[in-house]
Amino acid sequence: MADMAHTVPHSPALVHQFETKEQQHDAGSLGMWVFLATEIMFFGGVFMAYIVYRALHLEAFIQGSHFLDVTFGATNTAVLICSSLTMALAINAAQTGKSKSTIITFLILTMLLGAAFLFIKFTFEWTHDWTEGLVPGLHFTYNGPHAPGVQLFFCFYFFMTGLHALHMFIGLGILATLTVMAYRGRFNGEYYAPLEVSGLYWHFVDIVWIFLFPLLYLIGGRYGGGH
Amino acid sequence: MSEHIVPVKNYVAVFLSLLILTALTTKVAYIDLGQTAIGKTHVIDWNTVAALVIAVVKMLLVVLFFMHVKYSPGLTRLVILAGFFWLAIMIALTLSDELSRGWTGTPQPWSLLLPVFHPFF
Repeated sequence: MADMAHTVPHSPALVHQFETKEQQHDAGSLGMWVFLATEIMFFGGVFMAYIVYRALHLEAFIQGSHFLDVTFGATNTAVLICSSLTMALAINAAQTGKSKSTIITFLILTMLLGAAFLFIKFTFEWTHDWTEGLVPGLHFTYNGPHAPGVQLFFCFYFFMTGLHALHMFIGLGILATLTVMAYRGRFNGEYYAPLEVSGLYWHFVDIVWIFLFPLLYLIGGRYGGGH
Repeated sequence: MSEHIVPVKNYVAVFLSLLILTALTTKVAYIDLGQTAIGKTHVIDWNTVAALVIAVVKMLLVVLFFMHVKYSPGLTRLVILAGFFWLAIMIALTLSDELSRGWTGTPQPWSLLLPVFHPFF
């Protein structure tokens, strides 16, 4: 009985604890979604704190929001949406049995777009915030109306975008690993589970930004004509 | 149908919708949609509502098509719903406390009632 498992033939893309490839695929996605559910609560705690403090210091949060440049925020949203498309296309290329160079091209495009997002975030936005003296604790020189509340807003801004950027860096590491795996010919129409679950992670990070963009940049009464 | 292969044109359609919604949410932020008062202390800011509704629509597009949840089995969907349900519990319970703080008067120390009870002592 002990060597039964070795006598049952199965596809190399199907590990023997699963009956079918479909079951194996569903189990992998389910596991990733359980992890993403914990990520929802991880970011959810910060979002919750943001909601409460925004309600308590509404004027200050609106004032703080006006220091952010909507153009950069919107551009970065578009960049991340593009990267989600290229990620989806990388998985699609593997599913439909395209050549490994196609998969690698889409993975590298995803990485470049992810890097472009971080470049815009750090070079144009965070650096600008530093020169404007909007970094709480390190270099905060704003002392106009609602100064303490504005400082609180920027604490949230840096913590939320920083936590998101950390996830982007982890995502870039995952994508680099996937690129090496693709280069070694690990993926084909039969086996692409690492691409699939990493794609779930990448899209999740995209969704976090889809909420950060309106919360930080847009809902500060932009129609009022500036501060 | 878990290994359903989404055609590339569907991905491109979702991608274009997401870009259009991003442009829309940015545009709407510069238009005053007004506010509606509820009670004496709270207002609904319709710009905030619009921004969040568009964000939720974008999230659904990403989740259903890019993340293949449209083709996922019920168990996976249940886990996802549970994740969002727990988030909803946290937000609802916290806000039910936070937003109702002003509804009751500030509690007074018992000592303020002493003159009332004084004749009985």
